[in-house]
Amino acid sequence: MTARFEIVAAGSAVPDSPAPATPKNVSHLGGQPNPSAAALAARFHGAVERVVVIWGETVVFVKPAAVFEAMQWLRDDPGQQYDFLSDVTAVEYRDFEQPIEVVWHLRSLPYRRFLRVKAQLPKNGPLEIASVWPLWKSADWLERECYDMFGIKFTGHPDLRRILMWEQYREGYPLRKDFPLRGRFSRAEQLRQALAQNPESRYSMEELSVADAFEDLPEDMRKRLSAGERTGE
Amino acid sequence: MGLIAPSGTDMVSYDPKSQEGWVATRLDFLVNWSRANSLWPMPFGTACCAIEFMATAASRFDLARFGMERMSFSPLQADVLICAGRVPFKLAPIIRRIWQQMPEPKWCISMGACASSGGMFDNYAVVQGIDTIIPVDVYVPGCPPRPEGLIHGIRMLQEKVKNERLADNRIREEINPDQSSELYIPPSVIDELGEPFGNSVHQNRSAP
Repeated sequence: MTARFEIVAAGSAVPDSPAPATPKNVSHLGGQPNPSAAALAARFHGAVERVVVIWGETVVFVKPAAVFEAMQWLRDDPGQQYDFLSDVTAVEYRDFEQPIEVVWHLRSLPYRRFLRVKAQLPKNGPLEIASVWPLWKSADWLERECYDMFGIKFTGHPDLRRILMWEQYREGYPLRKDFPLRGRFSRAEQLRQALAQNPESRYSMEELSVADAFEDLPEDMRKRLSAGERTGE
Repeated sequence: MGLIAPSGTDMVSYDPKSQEGWVATRLDFLVNWSRANSLWPMPFGTACCAIEFMATAASRFDLARFGMERMSFSPLQADVLICAGRVPFKLAPIIRRIWQQMPEPKWCISMGACASSGGMFDNYAVVQGIDTIIPVDVYVPGCPPRPEGLIHGIRMLQEKVKNERLADNRIREEINPDQSSELYIPPSVIDELGEPFGNSVHQNRSAP
């Protein structure tokens, strides 16, 4: 584990490598995969389902149960050092048979590598997966957004609640394929519910503990606040 | 003045009580003139319209010519709310609270297609026109409107301000719709009439 504010020079682990250049004539499928993919498959035998190279970028499909361990190894192993989590998102396909994919974009500054990790969650099972918040703090709001838009529960996240829509939003998860574009309720009902909210109820947990909107919050949030739960450092 | 008798009568009647006195009209003129030429705007900029609004306020178009150079970021000192950009449902209670915090007399300009009607964002997140939340005096069309368009809207608002009368106590009365009227359309019917055309008619309903 590195110190908190250590400055990492890009490419410091491979000092004699050529300067990075924009790749040209990249084919759609095939190409040289990221060496981390093979290393990950060798380290976790059954966990890596397959490795695909799309437009020169390596995609590793990992079993949902093994995601946290694989991520931890990718971050901490001196031969990988993926120290930057740039995105957490999800993809749902129109085909109902296709599972929902949770996607992590990892970047290794010392090695100048990019790795896309995917985990497939079947739609008939619970949409739950381990949070990588203990590894990268940047996962905090990204996972909240993913939960807000897709309804995927990240177990282990310290403050998993809606971030874009408001806390009392009841129409569902907007980026799911079964969500109608204009929402489930009529315009009049949407406006009525929107105007009925207390704007203070979307403050941070610290502010909420002293705000007037405490009584408007859902039951579970009130319990968490009453138990003294706070986020941040 | 060219007073012309209505046809069918041979007399022009004059009722002194139907007219306001000279002092009152001059006072109206003075008050309206001073109000119209120092409208302090409360900029509620949420999207690209706010960029055009900033251009309008900057030196080339120079809102200071209309006495509007003082942006009032506190609603307590603002005269006109300029909503520039789309308003999501999450912002709906906030813009309503800002409007309620502004003291009378107050006016509102809805700048751009999104603020006026939701624009192209006919989806689950965007308010379909801020006039469903607060009363609007002037709508400025455009996506976004050019600064000339906004200035034209401001000039129209100034005309409106200059024609107000202190004696008219109905100006700023908020009237709730009269549900017994034959012209009243309930919100559910408006929703039904507002369904989009073409292959998107099922957007309002849940997919199977």
